[in-house]
Amino acid sequence: MKDNNKFRLDMWGIITLCVILVYVLFLIYPMAHLMRQSVYDAETGRFTLENFAKFFSKSYYFDTLLNSFKVSIAATVLSISIGTPLAYLFSIFKIRGKAVLNILIVVASMSAPFIGAYSWILLLGRSGVITGFFRMLGVTLPDIYGFGGIVLVMSLQLFPLVFLYARGALKNIDNSLLEAAQNLGCSGLRCFFKVVVPLILPTLLAASLLVFMRSFADFGTPMLIGEGYRTFPVVLYTEFINEVGGNDGFAAAIAIIAIVITTVVFLVQKYISNKKAFALNALHPIEEKAPKGAVKVLAYLFSYLVVAIAILPQVYVTYTSFKKTSGKIFVSGYSLKSYASAFGKLGKSIQNTIIIPLLALIAIVVLAVFIAYLAVRRKNTLTGVVDVLSMIPYIVPGTVLGIALLTGFNQKPLLLSGTMLIMVIALVIRRLPYTIRSSVAILQQIPMSIEEAAVSLGASKFKVFSRVTVPMMAAGIVSGAILSWVTMISELSTAIILYTGRTKTLTVAVYTEVVRGNYGVAAALSTILTVLTVLSLLAFTKINGGKEFSL
Amino acid sequence: MTNIRIQNAVKKYGETTVIPGLSAEIKSGELFTLLGPSGCGKTTLLRMIAGFNSIEAGDIYFNDNRINEMDPSRRNIGMVFQNYAIFPNMTVSGNVAFGLKNRKMGKEEIAKLTEQYLGLMQISQFAQRMPSQLSGGQQQRVALARALVISPDVLLMDEPLSNLDAKLRLEMRGVIRHTQKNVGITTVYVTHDQEEAMAISDTIAVMKDGVIQHVGTPKDIYQRPKNVFVATFIGRTNIVPAKVEAGALVFEGGYTVPLACLAGADGQQVQCSVRPEEFVIRKEGEGIRGTVKEYTYLGLNTHYNVQTAGGQLVEIVEESSLDEELKPGQEVLLGVKKHKINVFDQEGGRNLVRSEAYEGQ
Repeated sequence: MKDNNKFRLDMWGIITLCVILVYVLFLIYPMAHLMRQSVYDAETGRFTLENFAKFFSKSYYFDTLLNSFKVSIAATVLSISIGTPLAYLFSIFKIRGKAVLNILIVVASMSAPFIGAYSWILLLGRSGVITGFFRMLGVTLPDIYGFGGIVLVMSLQLFPLVFLYARGALKNIDNSLLEAAQNLGCSGLRCFFKVVVPLILPTLLAASLLVFMRSFADFGTPMLIGEGYRTFPVVLYTEFINEVGGNDGFAAAIAIIAIVITTVVFLVQKYISNKKAFALNALHPIEEKAPKGAVKVLAYLFSYLVVAIAILPQVYVTYTSFKKTSGKIFVSGYSLKSYASAFGKLGKSIQNTIIIPLLALIAIVVLAVFIAYLAVRRKNTLTGVVDVLSMIPYIVPGTVLGIALLTGFNQKPLLLSGTMLIMVIALVIRRLPYTIRSSVAILQQIPMSIEEAAVSLGASKFKVFSRVTVPMMAAGIVSGAILSWVTMISELSTAIILYTGRTKTLTVAVYTEVVRGNYGVAAALSTILTVLTVLSLLAFTKINGGKEFSL
Repeated sequence: MTNIRIQNAVKKYGETTVIPGLSAEIKSGELFTLLGPSGCGKTTLLRMIAGFNSIEAGDIYFNDNRINEMDPSRRNIGMVFQNYAIFPNMTVSGNVAFGLKNRKMGKEEIAKLTEQYLGLMQISQFAQRMPSQLSGGQQQRVALARALVISPDVLLMDEPLSNLDAKLRLEMRGVIRHTQKNVGITTVYVTHDQEEAMAISDTIAVMKDGVIQHVGTPKDIYQRPKNVFVATFIGRTNIVPAKVEAGALVFEGGYTVPLACLAGADGQQVQCSVRPEEFVIRKEGEGIRGTVKEYTYLGLNTHYNVQTAGGQLVEIVEESSLDEELKPGQEVLLGVKKHKINVFDQEGGRNLVRSEAYEGQ
């Protein structure tokens, strides 16, 4: 089609150029700046690989890379092996309270990761409640700090993602496939491993990538619970914070290494899933049956236990937020003092948590709709460039993007560091690819002929877009926007780099309060955050007409 | 009233030529059908007229206006899509009024015209419904009302009936035909269903590989197809080899049929297209020798499969009679209805029966 293949300087041509400009300014430029910093000596201005050599030659640094890999792989494997069976149980069995369990799983997945870490410290840490209980019984529990703790927190945080992905994929499996398998003598566990898992393998691979990337880039969890076990984002953060104002070259080099690694992982996953891809479409989705006997006991036990453990940190944090405190220590009795000081000292951060993501959300929705339209309806070389550019943030860890933006924009004429704007920009860049993907999916469902009908009835390009295309996309855009909103209000790894006293968000506030040991205030703040999240998810369900939440 | 002239229109996708230079003239007020197997370029051509596909060379005119470069929104075309393309976010009357609003008409006039065309398509009672609450046939009527209400110069329809069930298809076929004649609008209609094309069209253009093979009335195309492709694509037929000797067709086994139009074609090998109803089964006399292999009694007609002495399997349809049917194994002689059959040259590209004089008729 002519309109789509050639670049023309019409409304869409201008939008294409504007979008590219935005990406060049706020993504390419800071990343390039970062890359330049990593290979130039700040004092002599000469090219040097010293920073990279320093990283790889000292096991103090290099080991963090290995640690990150160990943690991420373990968390991915564990998430898959919890999330997949749970999704399968939910798909084939009628389980009482399933709707509630579903919501709890979503809530667990949507909370900020480090809140889980901090709560598990309260439960299983040195002076944790459960630890104390067992100590009374004379049993010493294994240490929660370090590798085990990080993996535990990450897996519990991320298995819901696998669950939601797998649940979506299972909905596309036709019941007749399972019946055929049974008919051919394959049932139960064998059917699960031989038929179901291979069918949803492409989805599981996509989920694995997501889990791996998140755990690889997660900064808050290892920072709080890792103690001596240092991972890559931790060393990146500490090196950067230590050297602000001095030589940023080494932090930049670490950032570049991180990007290279995530890129490789991303490409490998893409290669594998392209080879394994096939289309599924269910006319008759799998029917839920009532489980019987031992299977029933096991199914209920597994479902409820997993969900209970996943939601436990949230519940406990909420509980402690109402406990009486004396200074920094919890004492017996209950009060709202934590909330009072949370609102008193940190009310501004609650405000910021609304305003910054809201501004970002508006920009994201507008940009995502435009970019999706370009990518689907106006394919040409330039929109291809936009497509590739918009994918980059997938593979750039949040901490890295934060550092890139901060170092790229802390001098005139591009002085943005310390402003609210830079926090908004960071959120937009990070969250945009997800919203673009979902908008593209929505747009692909809308047949081209509807827009052609509008054109043949004499509507202008702008009118077709505003009166026909956007209204048809609206429902999908709104639910995508709510998801973006929820992830943005709990964002930490970029905000921790970019915030100042004036632009502190709730997550940053919780983090700093935890670090200072103000557990009461931290608990109150994270409860507020949880309430915000739950309210948003309720709005999502409402808008989606009560349909079950899925990714 | 608008006529459409297409002159040497070329469509290319990259290096692939889909339509290699096509010319046609569509008369004012007629229903002109593009008919052909899938992939023949009929929808491509329709979308070139609509402006959704570019034209790589050649010209398309509406009356005397060249429309090659004109934006689709300015061509004043009504279009009905295969999937109807009803705006799901607007009511039925919102859909119908959409084109009028783009034409900056007054509110009252829009309301009046919308009402009029909803009435014409007999969907006034659904005016305030959303499209998702309509059946396929009702959606089709909305699509038609929406396309016609803007008084387009040309109406384009892209397989509009293919998503309907068989019964609705017959009904909507009548509705389309009736409405088109009522409004008197020049219409280009695309289909791959030959029966639908026969039933609905004033003129049919049979297409293959981006080339128009034959343009004519349904009767012309069925009775005197221009080449073997058209003969086999429209209706059923048997292609039987023969030879021309002394102005007569000579089939295998020596059966001879004199045909006036074959004078001057002596010595040529030819292909005869004999439709199933153009055979006559005889027990004795002249004809191609054959053996009955199978028969199917269908009430009105009886179908026979007969294997000729040369080994070719041919299909024959006869009106059922009260006598006993011919049983498999029965030896028969096959005569042909000489005024009805068509004779093509060896390559199948030219109909020897269609004389110059015939073309002039």
